[in-house]
Amino acid sequence: MLLLIGRRLGSMILVMIVVSALIFLALEATPGSVATKVLGPYSTDQQREIWMAENGYDDPLPERYVRWLGDFLVGDFGESTRFKTEVSNVLWPRVWNTTILAAATMALVIPISLILGVLAGMREGSRTDRTISVASIVTTSVPEIASAPMLAFVFVFLLGILPGTSSFQDGFSIAELVLPTMVLVLYDFGYVTRMTRASMAEVMTTHYIRTAVLKGLPYKRVIVKHALRNALIAPFTVVMLQVNWLLSGVIVTEYYFAYKGFGALLLEAALNKDIFVIEACSMIAVFVAVGTQAVSDIGYTFLNPRIRFS
Amino acid sequence: MTETTLPMPKQPNILARLFKPVLLIRESLVGMIGLALVVFWVLIAIFAPALAPFPPNANLMSTQPPGAEFIASATQMIGMQPASELCNAIEGDPTKVDCGTFWLGTDLTGRDIFSRIIWGARQVLIFAPLATFVAYIVGIPMGLWAGYSRGRIDTVFSFISNVILSFPVLVLYVLVINLIGASAFNIVAAVVFASAPGIFRIVRGLAMDLRAREYVFAAETRGEPLAYILFLEILPNARGPLIVDAMLRLGYVIITIGTLGFLGLGLPPPDPDWGKMIAEGRTFLQVFPWIPLFPCLAISSAVLGFNLLADGLREVSLRD
Repeated sequence: MLLLIGRRLGSMILVMIVVSALIFLALEATPGSVATKVLGPYSTDQQREIWMAENGYDDPLPERYVRWLGDFLVGDFGESTRFKTEVSNVLWPRVWNTTILAAATMALVIPISLILGVLAGMREGSRTDRTISVASIVTTSVPEIASAPMLAFVFVFLLGILPGTSSFQDGFSIAELVLPTMVLVLYDFGYVTRMTRASMAEVMTTHYIRTAVLKGLPYKRVIVKHALRNALIAPFTVVMLQVNWLLSGVIVTEYYFAYKGFGALLLEAALNKDIFVIEACSMIAVFVAVGTQAVSDIGYTFLNPRIRFS
Repeated sequence: MTETTLPMPKQPNILARLFKPVLLIRESLVGMIGLALVVFWVLIAIFAPALAPFPPNANLMSTQPPGAEFIASATQMIGMQPASELCNAIEGDPTKVDCGTFWLGTDLTGRDIFSRIIWGARQVLIFAPLATFVAYIVGIPMGLWAGYSRGRIDTVFSFISNVILSFPVLVLYVLVINLIGASAFNIVAAVVFASAPGIFRIVRGLAMDLRAREYVFAAETRGEPLAYILFLEILPNARGPLIVDAMLRLGYVIITIGTLGFLGLGLPPPDPDWGKMIAEGRTFLQVFPWIPLFPCLAISSAVLGFNLLADGLREVSLRD
């Protein structure tokens, strides 16, 4: 068990090191281009050379990478060319905002999809099952770029009950959080629902469930006491892996609703070639994705007695 | 399963055998609805030049206000417009000609949305299948090889795919497009780069499962070359899940291409792209809602078609 956790964490660190090297190489392999992006396209060669010398860009590549990684680990991401301040000053408030959005989304996705998934998987092939399955296919087929304008049209302009932007200009407000959350939930819940359904349907075909039914236990008790425990192990993994998808969805949703989150920051940085912000954002995104994946693997082993006791 | 007895029963030809699960789709209502949607968009894409009443990029603005009404008849002053060869004379008013109807209105620069959606279907249904196909061409051999041979090959390929898959998808696209620039070729390349690891993983899993089958042992015993075992023994038997996965993936690639267009990282203007049309129209959602909403419906229905088709195929393939 401990060995398994150790191996999982080890491979996570290895992946992170490779990813960081890739990001570093992609963005900083040629020091000249870094200088151009930092000083702007109208800087002279002389200015760039002075900047490169001052900031240690004349050193060999591996040395620069190690120093870059070291700075990164202590939270020194460099200075943003767009926001004219330390990257960390811009980044952390944005990450916090995205955390709020993601937490709100997860708080809805998890109960909705688990309940729907269990209801559908309980009686495979029934009308409830078909309805829920088709509904979850339909909602996952509407991409965020389409659901955002459609929902905004209905709730902002037809009904006039929600604000159309979520930039928190006058401080935090729940009303502004509703639309982005709705867009993300709508796109994300279908997948988890279908996974829960599949897992539940599989458990319902096992012998111990048949035994429980045949020995005359009330159906409700069979579901709650016997089926759910085993059926909910797989969705746990799926929910954790969903964080990776959420980080993609967050980019579109935040951009659409002018939500000041980290996805919108990454996009803005990419469109403006603000390389230190791009580096910081993508490293954090990958770190969160890889981290949740590791947690999901470890959690799965922990929850599944067949692996835990082997 | 047909029993292989001697004398050998006459085998149906290889194409019929390969696509038998695809033909079973008739038995699934959901699958048929999906198929109908897909066929609908494919036909629109093929016949775009005949179906679109206006050239997609033609600026028909001089006679119509920005964002002309939903269903408006286009009339224009003689001699003002490059698109005048589309127009007929109006009896009783010699200064104007009738050019047809904007069924879905026009966008802000006076381009016909109906025609742009039709031409946009062509963009989507060329690039999405192309990118998906190339991703399979890359992912399948790697997956088969790694899953069948295991060992060091497997470790290396799996690690590479783990690294790529550890990026949230859109973060990866933003990084890659930012690095190589947005063009049709680069977008296909980015989709291949981001999708091939997922395909690799699925194929590898299937190959690991199939490598212990008797027919694989038989081929090994006959001394068949590696490529024969991979592509003629293992691959055909893995086709079921792969066809389902390909449909799902196609839907997802359509979303990706649309999203890239929406974020300004997609195909360069002015050619119509659904995602870009949504992006251009979204600021006018209140005044001219049809500008962004029709492309929204177009992309959603196309993706829905592929997803329902995938679900139908999975359903019928589980049945036997």
